[in-house]
Amino acid sequence: MLNTERKPITGKRVQLMATCLCDAFYDDVAAATVQVLEYLGVEVVFPEGQTCCGQPAFNGGDWAASRKVVRHTVKTFAGEEPVVVPSGSCAAMMFHGTVLEFENEADLGEVEALGRRTWELGDFLVNGLGVKTWPGRFEATVAFHRSCHSRGTNSSSAASTLLGSVAGLKIVEFGEGEQCCGFGGTFSVSFPNISASMGALKLDHIRAVKPDVLVSGDMSCMMHLGGLAKEEGKPIKTLHLAQVLREALKNGKLL
Amino acid sequence: MRFQQIDQFAAELKADTRAAVYDGSKKGHEKRTKLLFDEYADPDRLRRIAGEVKQHVVENLDTYLPQVEAKLKANGVIVHWAATAEAANQAVLGIMRARGATKMVKAKTMVSEETELAHFLEKHGIEALETDLGEFIVQIDGDHPSHIVKPIIHKNRREIATSFEENGLGAYNDDPQTITRRARHFLRHKYLEADVGLTGANFVSAESGRLVLVTNEGNSRFCLAATKCHIAMVGIEKIVPRDYDLALFLNLLARSGTAQELTVYTEFISGPKSPTQPDGPEEMHVIFVDNGRTEVLASDCRDILRCIRCGACLNVCPVYRQASGHAYRSVYPGPVGAVLSPLMMGDKFPQKADLPKASSLCGACHEVCPVNIPIPDLLLRLRNRAKEENVPSPGTPPMGAWALLASQPTAWRASLFGGKIINYLPTKLLPIPALRAWEAKRSLPAWRGGEFRKWLKTRKGRANVSPPAPSRAEAKKAD
Repeated sequence: MLNTERKPITGKRVQLMATCLCDAFYDDVAAATVQVLEYLGVEVVFPEGQTCCGQPAFNGGDWAASRKVVRHTVKTFAGEEPVVVPSGSCAAMMFHGTVLEFENEADLGEVEALGRRTWELGDFLVNGLGVKTWPGRFEATVAFHRSCHSRGTNSSSAASTLLGSVAGLKIVEFGEGEQCCGFGGTFSVSFPNISASMGALKLDHIRAVKPDVLVSGDMSCMMHLGGLAKEEGKPIKTLHLAQVLREALKNGKLL
Repeated sequence: MRFQQIDQFAAELKADTRAAVYDGSKKGHEKRTKLLFDEYADPDRLRRIAGEVKQHVVENLDTYLPQVEAKLKANGVIVHWAATAEAANQAVLGIMRARGATKMVKAKTMVSEETELAHFLEKHGIEALETDLGEFIVQIDGDHPSHIVKPIIHKNRREIATSFEENGLGAYNDDPQTITRRARHFLRHKYLEADVGLTGANFVSAESGRLVLVTNEGNSRFCLAATKCHIAMVGIEKIVPRDYDLALFLNLLARSGTAQELTVYTEFISGPKSPTQPDGPEEMHVIFVDNGRTEVLASDCRDILRCIRCGACLNVCPVYRQASGHAYRSVYPGPVGAVLSPLMMGDKFPQKADLPKASSLCGACHEVCPVNIPIPDLLLRLRNRAKEENVPSPGTPPMGAWALLASQPTAWRASLFGGKIINYLPTKLLPIPALRAWEAKRSLPAWRGGEFRKWLKTRKGRANVSPPAPSRAEAKKAD
């Protein structure tokens, strides 16, 4: 089972794990995460030494390489504050994947401790801070993609709670919503045919319900689906949950 | 080879086959989900309990196996132990020869697929006829099952009609009822001619020694109705502690496997014909087959031995749906097969070390498994094993340099900024395999390395809240 038991939230200061994808490609998602948290009066600390959660090597089977990165991450995120990450996938790596690859290591305890205070953004907002409705306005029909690493966690229901409460925002369900988009990290490049076929199927289902925007809590899925759609010559608009929440604030003149 | 074998197989798969596999597995999954969630308030709780019961069995096989042997013997059953596939087949052959038997009717059993029993017996001049309709079609086609519950999920009725015609079972007719009627007509005589009926067992109760068989066609009953001798080939992990546990397992198996509340036939077999049990074969043998299972038990992937062969993980798996079962080159395909098949190879693990890579690790298999096997975790363990055994993995980017970079913050930041060069290069021409594979199907977003960090430091009205990164000397010391 996923180890999703969290330390209760005390204080209003968090460490931000921006994720390597936001660091390299999606700076606006990380910025939106900061703005959303700060709107709620949360002080955001960005440990500058951060790199990656270690998942690429973990999924690729090179656990020795992954542990090296995880040890760096544990050191970088020292302290007691919750760690908030705008990705269900990186969050699951911190509270589940790392525990698996450290099960025979002497420093398992430190790794587990970091996992217990790591939160995916939506989960943190709803279940950590107790935010159940989101102010502002966002006029759009939204298809919400439940990313796979949020299975067994509270992240997808948290995101639906928040999105569903935004004025003007309408969520549309699409076919086979529980199915994977086909990204899968290194899988996307070592199984490019299957990966792209899975993505094409997902895009068909999404396009069938004609959303204005595709939203997810994970940029990795969006990078894959958005990249496929663009390559097909039929681009789709993708946004991260944090960006929608930030835009809602802006539209409501709250930011 | 540039890419993984399974990916290549999927790319070359006939559109018809892919459509048949996709539709068959999708329907199976959707019906299963509906049935479970309509009928139970919390089916996940059932899955967890069933998982704990089977895990308990797996971890106490050394106690349960002698117990079940004693019960079976007391019930008048002759018990055999087969360490290998070859030994299991030889045991069957031995029983057949001792009886002077030359004809066998077979019910569907995955363990006999493992040992390739039918081929083995045919080589020794014994007719071993599959009586499950799907398996029968596989047999007359010289094909292999591509699903553990629906062996011909990869075929459409037109292909089946053609093979019936080619095998002298009437003129071309692709009406499913006609196909079934013809097979039934052909098989009826065979049941009467056969000396021996062979089955597997879905469960064996350690408490009573009862064998439990579930089928939908009634063919296993026929296999035992007219024959004088019953042989059951059973994997050593098939035990449940008590008869009482069957309530849980039968409910989960039928719902997970075929989206039925219960299969059409559920047989409880307590032994051969006896004064208290006037029907059935006069002789009964149970062959317990190891065939690599004790090695799985000794590994850190022993949870896979909980599997009750329902096929729900195949049905839900997006990779299975695209690639089909044959892509896995194994008796057990799909997520369960990607764990079990390489493990059962023993020393030849590297030959199937690519199977655990054929997953996006989406976790759907874990979510549907009636015995709650954490399949993605086991796939990951096997990926790590393959790496430790230096098995080459086509298309998987090397991680050493990345790990070095990702554990040195200064180098990481430099590469974030330096990476911008990618925006000015013709990336589709760069000789970087992972990049080529990505870009063959997907555009790459613009590189904006370091932009977030810059924004954080320069935005107005907010103090920079970043604590200093540890120096390289400090980092070294901590390592």
